[in-house]
Amino acid sequence: MSATTLWVVLIGTSALCFAIKYVGHSIPERWIANARLQRINALIPIALLSALVVAEGLVTKTQIVLDHRLAGLAVALAALFAKAPFPVVVVAAAVSSALVYHLH
Amino acid sequence: MRDALSVSLTVGFYGVAFGAASVAAGFSVLQSCLFSLLTFTGASQFAAVGVVASGGAGISAIAAAAMLGTRNALYGIQMAPIVKVKGLKRVAAAQITIDESTGVALAQASRGTKAMRCGFWLTGTGVFVFWNVFTFLGAYGAKSLGNPASWGLDAAVPAAFLGLVWPRLTTPFLRVVAASAMAFALVVTPWLPAGLPIIASVLVAVAFGWRAR
Repeated sequence: MSATTLWVVLIGTSALCFAIKYVGHSIPERWIANARLQRINALIPIALLSALVVAEGLVTKTQIVLDHRLAGLAVALAALFAKAPFPVVVVAAAVSSALVYHLH
Repeated sequence: MRDALSVSLTVGFYGVAFGAASVAAGFSVLQSCLFSLLTFTGASQFAAVGVVASGGAGISAIAAAAMLGTRNALYGIQMAPIVKVKGLKRVAAAQITIDESTGVALAQASRGTKAMRCGFWLTGTGVFVFWNVFTFLGAYGAKSLGNPASWGLDAAVPAAFLGLVWPRLTTPFLRVVAASAMAFALVVTPWLPAGLPIIASVLVAVAFGWRAR
């Protein structure tokens, strides 16, 4: 990705995310009282974050690729089931993935 | 006060992870720090650099971040009558309207509006400081490490997403939504340009949220 695009992503993301926050502080509550909209909005973070897990962990470009990252994800999942705190989950994933990467 | 501090400290760890993920995606240390200063909403920042890392188009990265940021508008609607500010102060209040500041403020509801306002500002500014300092540390650290795969950074990023979504999966229904979104994103991966399967997963949210349950 070109240097310009990276800046565009940075500035575009920042501007939109701020505008969304500011609009929230400025509009009356009844404007978004629609129950369906609220249900969908509550599910959006779950859908997007879940998709990001597989897009980052199991995909390279447009192909499903199972490699060292899968080992990291499996360890992260195990750590989450064991109720490990966030830093432990991330570091355990990184260490196990790096190990598989170097052993390969 | 104690709530605000403990929340701010926890956020520091996410900040390190974001800084590292951002650098692994190709952003500079300066750009990573600007993300945390200007965007300042963790999940959206992770999404933007995540889409870039997966080879997606710039517009997909911005769209994913914006869709993850829509919940901040709902928080703003709840916080506006509590903070009651105008002008520059409203700009500041809007910028620190995130999961943590809103969560701590709402948790003070039984102690009255003043405690809620106090919790909002303390948590918001505390998280802002910690998030930015730790983003720099994470970005700078990752920069000096070199090849992301060699240090497991490429697995740390999806693990971070898993860690972000995990605490939200409080009911069986929400776990089904998460599993469906993962399956859907994988199925459409070979047919869509990189980055779009992430955006398309919003359809899963629409499908499950359409009817009341």
